[in-house]
Amino acid sequence: MAITGEIFRQNLTEFLEESPSGSPELHVLAVDDSLVDRKVIERLLKISSCKVTVVESGTRALQYLGLDGEAGSLGFDSVKVNLIMTDYSMPGMTGYELLKKIKQESSVFREIPVVIMSSENVLTRIDR
Amino acid sequence: MTMDVNQLQAKLCEHQSAMFHQGFLDDQFSQLQKLQDESTPDFVLEVVTMFFDDSESILKNMARCLEQVPADFKQIDAYAHQYKGSSASVGAARVKNVCATFRPFCETKNLDGCMRCLQQLQQEYSLLKNGLQYLFRLQKDIKAGGGSFS
Repeated sequence: MAITGEIFRQNLTEFLEESPSGSPELHVLAVDDSLVDRKVIERLLKISSCKVTVVESGTRALQYLGLDGEAGSLGFDSVKVNLIMTDYSMPGMTGYELLKKIKQESSVFREIPVVIMSSENVLTRIDR
Repeated sequence: MTMDVNQLQAKLCEHQSAMFHQGFLDDQFSQLQKLQDESTPDFVLEVVTMFFDDSESILKNMARCLEQVPADFKQIDAYAHQYKGSSASVGAARVKNVCATFRPFCETKNLDGCMRCLQQLQQEYSLLKNGLQYLFRLQKDIKAGGGSFS
């Protein structure tokens, strides 16, 4: 996550430069099952002038995006998210499974970049 | 006899350097300190406190897994990985490194090996906790004395 912070700051500057001028601040949805990590990510994003929503699981993320199949979503996406950052290994749904669900379920959210973070350094354990 | 603020600041500097020098803390901890400012003056303390709570819970769970018959090695590996993640996030380098040593013992279902790792982990955590609590106390005393620290 230390390295993520640096990379994030560098890429964020590029990302902001590519956005149409005068656009409002970026809204990032961060997903992580660790309380410690959520607190750090939230602070890091806020200090980078982003609007942040932090959730603890893939399920919660899908609920937030209105993609959980619950009745009540009128087909109009009121939630505007510019970037999704998710931990890879989480109980229940991995970050990759979340990514797949988002890309499959919604034509709107399919366009959103998703960053998956992992502290795993043995690649074969990141089950593709 | 109370120490004056200058003496406390010198002590803080020395103690913090030692913690980095001895490998208890790494650059990620410095990164956390950089995220703290006047609008979030207790950020590091809050994150570390969460980390302490998290640690105590995980260590307890790992001990319980090892007491089971047969021991749940898959679960221990999962806890070690989780703990490795959160310790890395706060810059707890030595704790993080011990977490990494669990894997081969879990894979070979080596109970003795896992127990030794857990013992080491508990020790490292304890040392770290003491070191950080002392650090926070120094910071608190400096602030109370009207001083400041970077």
